[in-house]
Amino acid sequence: MALTLQSACSLSPQVALRPEPFGALAYHYGNRRLVFLKHPDMVTVVKSLSDHPTIAATFDACGIADERRPSFLAALENLTKSEIIHVG
Amino acid sequence: MSAETLVSQLKRGLDAPICLTWELTYACNLQCVHCLSSSGQRDPRELSPAQAKAVIDELRDLQVFYINIGGGEPMIRRDFFDIIGHSIDNSIGVKFSTNGAYIDTDSARRLAAMDYLDIQISLDGTDAATNDAVRGVGSFDTAIAAMENLRRANFGEFKISVVVTRHNVDQLDDFKSLADSYGAQLRITRLRPAGRGADTWHELHPTSDQQIEIYRWLLAHGEKVLTGDSFFHLNALGEPLPGLNLCGAGRVVCLIDPLGDVYACPFVLHDEFRAGSVLEPGGFTKVWRESTLFTSLREPESAGACASCGSYDACQGGCMAAKFFTGLPLDGPDPECVSGHGEELLSARTSSDVASAPKPTSNHSRPVSLTRKPARA
Repeated sequence: MALTLQSACSLSPQVALRPEPFGALAYHYGNRRLVFLKHPDMVTVVKSLSDHPTIAATFDACGIADERRPSFLAALENLTKSEIIHVG
Repeated sequence: MSAETLVSQLKRGLDAPICLTWELTYACNLQCVHCLSSSGQRDPRELSPAQAKAVIDELRDLQVFYINIGGGEPMIRRDFFDIIGHSIDNSIGVKFSTNGAYIDTDSARRLAAMDYLDIQISLDGTDAATNDAVRGVGSFDTAIAAMENLRRANFGEFKISVVVTRHNVDQLDDFKSLADSYGAQLRITRLRPAGRGADTWHELHPTSDQQIEIYRWLLAHGEKVLTGDSFFHLNALGEPLPGLNLCGAGRVVCLIDPLGDVYACPFVLHDEFRAGSVLEPGGFTKVWRESTLFTSLREPESAGACASCGSYDACQGGCMAAKFFTGLPLDGPDPECVSGHGEELLSARTSSDVASAPKPTSNHSRPVSLTRKPARA
């Protein structure tokens, strides 16, 4: 199911984030996947997903401009595939 | 940010390694002819249990997510279970490589009870003749027995780790079937001319036709087969293989040897690629972040003799260690360059070039007894 701005998401409890100059490394201890979060703003978004009822609300809170939202949404969609974030 | 700029960021190095290999001991029950670390005998200077735990504490503070443990045969260390337990308790996942000799029923059960643990059983042939020619008599049966014990203990998905040689390339499908039959994952890696492998590489490394076979096979099997990104020199053949197309030495990977010495990667155990020691003031962190060697490996490299080749962006000039131990210049083609530039250089070498190629610095091979007499009845 495609992710929308109205979806609710949260960071998997099995994931650890390590800050790096380009953003962060995310590691999933369960499926052993290592994923690059390629922008510091993406890291902020991923960390605050569970504080907000929807992705749109998270983007608002993190100050993600409208024109950047499609690419951020696509990146989040990829993170659901690697189980770094969960829907719901 | 595009993938390309991510790779250039990675080349400048990270605050801590992504992937760190830690050889726990040089002691080994086997004497594989291609052993990267020339293992055999324990080195009395190897890290004490307390020093080993201190290394783990430092890696935890650096947020290293997982470590690859090897040797020698790591399970020979008496504190093996303490080390992996301490690591896992500190959120550092462990993947360890073993020949399986110490995975009996009890240890298989113990391993199966641990989370965040991956096991790689080394196997270099799908039959005893092919495997034992490289890894020693009886080593095939030992590995299979370990796999059976892991299966009976319900360990789950372990890995079968294969070094691809001229003699097992045609077994790739059989390795896959064998792994599938155990619910295991197959991992294949490139043979490097490191350690004892420096002496056997010329006879064992895949031929150029076989390299094409490996490339096609990997393309067909995608991310289901693990490679440790070790075949990126084959990317010059066309469509890139999955993985980061770069030499990670000193940038995103490194090696800690049994004595605590830090090297740029597992394939360059040589003084020239020794960056420091975890026992020095500042520990591993200082070596990783400030050593002269690692700093220089993170500077933009020169394509050198490869600059005029249209494939350089695809293969990045290949593997530093493979060039180093075959005596080729580091800013030139890989000895297994798919365009044949490495072979040209190798065949143009004089006998004194060959003799002056760097030799692995440390050798823990067991001495061959020349005085041993045949047993008498």
